[in-house]
Amino acid sequence: MSSHSDALWAHQFESFDQQRESTSLGMWLFIGQEIMFFGGLFAAYLVYRISNPLIFKVASSELSVLWGGINTAVLILSSFTMAMAVREAQLGRGKKTAIFLLLTLVLGLGFVGIKSIEYSSKFEHHLIPGQEFEWHPYNEQQVAAYEELKATTGYTEEFIQSRMELFFSIYFAMTGLHALHMLIGVGLIIWLLPRALRNEFNADYHNPVECFGLYWHFVDLVWIFLFPLLYLLGRNI
Amino acid sequence: MSASTDAIAQPKTNYLNATHGLKSWLLTTDHKRIGLLYLISVSIFFVLGGLFASLIRIELATPAGDLVEGNTYNRMFTAHGVIMIFFFLLPSIPAVLGNFLLPIMIGAKDVAFPKLNLASWYVYMAGGTFTMIAMVNGGIDTGWTFYTPFSSTFSNSQVMTAAIGIFITGFSSILTGLNFVVTIHRMRAPGMTWFRMPLFIWGMYATSVIMVLGTPVVAITILLLALERGLGFAIFDPARGGDPVLFQHLFWFYSHPAVYIMILPGMGVISEIIAAFSRKRIFGYRFVAYASIGIAILGFFVWGHHMFVTSQSIYSGIVFSVLTMLVAVPSAIKTFNWTATLFKGSVSLDTPMLYALGFIGLFTIGGLTGVMLATLGIDIHVHDTYFVVAHFHYVMVGGAILAYLAGIHFWWPKMFGRLYSAFWSKISAALVFIGFNLTFFPQFILGYLGMPRRYHTYPEEFQVLNVLSSAGASVLAVGFLLPAVYLTWSLLYGPKSSQNPWGATGLEWEVADSPPTTFNFDEIPVVTADAYDYTKKEAEVV
Repeated sequence: MSSHSDALWAHQFESFDQQRESTSLGMWLFIGQEIMFFGGLFAAYLVYRISNPLIFKVASSELSVLWGGINTAVLILSSFTMAMAVREAQLGRGKKTAIFLLLTLVLGLGFVGIKSIEYSSKFEHHLIPGQEFEWHPYNEQQVAAYEELKATTGYTEEFIQSRMELFFSIYFAMTGLHALHMLIGVGLIIWLLPRALRNEFNADYHNPVECFGLYWHFVDLVWIFLFPLLYLLGRNI
Repeated sequence: MSASTDAIAQPKTNYLNATHGLKSWLLTTDHKRIGLLYLISVSIFFVLGGLFASLIRIELATPAGDLVEGNTYNRMFTAHGVIMIFFFLLPSIPAVLGNFLLPIMIGAKDVAFPKLNLASWYVYMAGGTFTMIAMVNGGIDTGWTFYTPFSSTFSNSQVMTAAIGIFITGFSSILTGLNFVVTIHRMRAPGMTWFRMPLFIWGMYATSVIMVLGTPVVAITILLLALERGLGFAIFDPARGGDPVLFQHLFWFYSHPAVYIMILPGMGVISEIIAAFSRKRIFGYRFVAYASIGIAILGFFVWGHHMFVTSQSIYSGIVFSVLTMLVAVPSAIKTFNWTATLFKGSVSLDTPMLYALGFIGLFTIGGLTGVMLATLGIDIHVHDTYFVVAHFHYVMVGGAILAYLAGIHFWWPKMFGRLYSAFWSKISAALVFIGFNLTFFPQFILGYLGMPRRYHTYPEEFQVLNVLSSAGASVLAVGFLLPAVYLTWSLLYGPKSSQNPWGATGLEWEVADSPPTTFNFDEIPVVTADAYDYTKKEAEVV
């Protein structure tokens, strides 16, 4: 064991194995609490989707499947680069670890960038809840869907507006919290990069990269659920 | 205090005097010092919450609203509830006694993540600061439950600031729970198998699981409330399709298990004390251990009993009613097993034992009235009355706070290496028991007669019972203030304690010094016996 590793061995542990197992269990528990955290949000989504299926269908046509799809691909790719970073850290190859972390960082920022393009179009369309929210059909399909909705259900325009606001509140709460988690992840990569370059990680000590990897995959997985629920479900326009 | 005859040998350097200065305390990663930081903070919050309780009881001494207006009264009972639940009861036993004892009891040098442990305290204090700012700026009038749409749309009080404070504090709870689960899984000394662990550790384990899995749900709920109130999102607003009952579901999904965060550690403390002062192995160790886990699991499936009078369907109501009654099974297992431990034990009535016996009686009343409330028909009659107030105070004060005080008295000599006055502490235990019953028993009757909670005035025919309750509260206050006096005296002038003044079993008594050294043990102990091996211990003495 090299001497710089000894400095990374926290006093309360008896061995590197115990330290690694402990941090990894701690991270899984943290992910458990994250699942419950997002779980509350998904429960709210589910309740409102079930009570407003037709309006939510029309509302979701406002979301761009193209940008959402690209973002899904970006995230899956970033999960791959992250997995590689963990592997390189375990092998003690600092430079390669750093390269894969950097790629993950770029992809993560790419995701947030695309998300902000999507958000700005919602802003232009007055779809920010609580800020003079006003939904309008923007293309022919939406106009047709809107007319059909009014004709088949007898909902008033005011009623539909209010439920549209409900949909976009849930949309912004879910994707906003997800994006916040991405940004926290980006911050953590910036913390890990210099450590990787200093060659701190090896077969005995790579918990920070491994735990961060678990976090990153979790955040990706949240999106894997968000994308179909918000963008795809029941979409036929 | 029945000090044993061991020669009093205390280590020259212990965790209290190993390093000096304020900085050495504020930046400590020693689990014992962090426990003491929590001890100071929760004590301050307890006094604050108690002051609000006193104001409530003074107002209710007369039927008319003569001390404060209704609006002020709303802010007082909200302050009492918020402070006592989020800043005293939830952290009290886990963060004070749990932090101090958990690593020692399982034979570890520290918790798994000492820095995270310190961070939890800072997070807790940050949340506390926000909530205190809300109180100073005029308080909150929603009740501690923050029900929407009143809290999100209509209330003109400091809901946002308080919500941020509670959101932040939640993470302190999550991090402490996470730390404890990992510590119990990974840091046990050689030979400390799961079924050799003291029952306090089983209680802490069950508690920690609830903290990790329950708290994030209330965090997201509060966050959604803040998005609605602060940014105008439509989440719970019925005018825009939102569902206020959804708020209640999400809120109680955490806040009912939170009740078990408050009581399970207390049950752990009681198991330790009953065994130590009966000089017997706890009756049915495994049943008591499994009962903790059983309560933690069942506790997640009973939240709907807070919503029997909402739009929740009658069939949900029936299921929640039955599940709630099932929680009584593991709780009763514990109570019966404590009683069976007392049977034919060599019972000695030292102060911790007095508090523990008080716990058993009061918790039984609190628990049985819980079964009454779980019954749909009765609940509709007594919903939102003083019957409910009395019920949960029997569990929270008669249960959790008595257990906390029992634990503080039991482990005080270990924490500070000093003894306290046996006489005054017994007086305090008696005053708390009498004062408590005088305060809250009349409230059962008031509630059954139909006096609603959360009003500052009431019809004159309720006055006698209310005066009894207020009188009891003043006795209770004296009972709570006494320990502050004689424990402070003990810190300064108390006689030195031996390593094991009660002759109890457990690594904290038999191996660690009083007070323990910074890393608890000179070398990691090897455990060769089950917990509560009092038969062997008695044989050694003879």
